[in-house]
Amino acid sequence: MKIKLWWLTFSPLCWAGHFLASYLTTAIYCAKFASPEGDALPVRIAVAVFTIVALSLITFFGVRSLRLHRRGDATLPHDDDTVDDEQRFLGFAALLLAILSGIATLYTALVFVLMETCH
Amino acid sequence: MNISASQSALDFAGKGAERIAELFYWMTGGAIVIWIVVIGLAVYAVMSRRAHPVRMTHWLVIGGGAVIPTITLTALLSYGLAMLPELQEPAPKGSTTIEVAGVRWWWRVNYLDPSGGRIVTANEIYLPVDQPVEFKLTSEDVIHSFWIPSLGGKIDMVPGRTNRLKLHPTREGVFHGVCAEFCGEAHAQMRFRVVVTDQNAFDEWLETQSQASKSSSEMAEGEAMFLSRGCSACHTIRGTSADGMVGPDLTHFGSRLSIAAGVLDNTPQNLARWLVDTHGVKPGVEMPAFESLSGEEVDTLVRYLGALQ
Ligand code: HEC
Ligand SMILES: [Cu+2]
Repeated sequence: MKIKLWWLTFSPLCWAGHFLASYLTTAIYCAKFASPEGDALPVRIAVAVFTIVALSLITFFGVRSLRLHRRGDATLPHDDDTVDDEQRFLGFAALLLAILSGIATLYTALVFVLMETCH
Repeated sequence: MNISASQSALDFAGKGAERIAELFYWMTGGAIVIWIVVIGLAVYAVMSRRAHPVRMTHWLVIGGGAVIPTITLTALLSYGLAMLPELQEPAPKGSTTIEVAGVRWWWRVNYLDPSGGRIVTANEIYLPVDQPVEFKLTSEDVIHSFWIPSLGGKIDMVPGRTNRLKLHPTREGVFHGVCAEFCGEAHAQMRFRVVVTDQNAFDEWLETQSQASKSSSEMAEGEAMFLSRGCSACHTIRGTSADGMVGPDLTHFGSRLSIAAGVLDNTPQNLARWLVDTHGVKPGVEMPAFESLSGEEVDTLVRYLGALQ
């Protein structure tokens, strides 16, 4: 398979989607369904699910990217105008972005590990 | 301006501010660690003439540039987040509850009386030491932000919404409060004083605030002038027929430390200046200047307002 530039955006999009979903769920739940003293357990469960989904997708993109990067034998620094160089470069950049997105997603999830209520 | 009162978050006098100061020092420490590792390795890379094994250079770059900063940030994030539940927790039921509304460019303050009533004042907040206090914060016009740096964190005051904040003063003294969200021309002069006292002095103060102003025969002339000059269209003085709501309640104005939301110390000279040069003191303010008052009239009003203890 040959990847396009779009491939780079997939992991960061998972991170963005995870952040938005977590934020919106919390805002709506805490404003509409919980008392001010309210426990946020349903939100925390929902975010746990979002996190599993997001991390699975990010892992998938990361592993694919690593494979793409390893394929072929174009040499560093991957800046020749050839398909091989392009693919190795994209694979590597996408891998780094996947790692970054994974950490960022975990940081978002950490909030919900440490916060138990809606205050 | 009374600069002896503290406005520093690091000179803390409340539980929230103490945690914030603690967090600030840890964050500074963490930033220094990251800076030293990253810049240290960069400088080493520039200075070093020796060739290194490729594997080692990888680990120096990845370890120093990514792994150590990530670990440091994760530790700081966890530490900061772990503080929040306690700080965000509402004050226990039965704690003193104070409603504060931001109004361009001053603060309407209502103490909720346990019996259900409201004790109205403005621009000055008394708090009992070593007691949690619950604030209910709103705005009557634009977004303001309520912040007493020495006592704790700040929170926005949003029109149509009530935000809550718990503060827990731990030291007696006078502190500065400020508006921390740009709200227009006089934003920088939208301030207030916070007086933290022992429980007895607080109870006494609140009892006084709950009463109408005492009137005496010496005050009759000033009161009549206050009413006839139209001040009462905007200001309330309980115990008189002045019941305007546009400006701050002045029932016990004489006992306040400051004039015009923390801008001037409350002295007769400053008060006289405030009445005739209102916009010179606080540009943009929503009170007309009373330039047409004669010196004698100003004196009468100043004496009257000062007597509103
Ligand atoms: C059009 C409405 C209006 C009128 C009329 C008016 N004021 Fe005011 N006054 C205000 C507003 C609004 C403030 C708050 C200003 C600020 O700090 O931003 C204020 C503030 C004050 C303060 C300071 C209060 C504090 O807690 O710091 C005093 C004292 C005062 N007015 C006295 C008077 C007197 C005396 C008169 C009549 C000569 C008068 N005012 C007429 C609107 C009015
Ligand atoms: Cu403001």
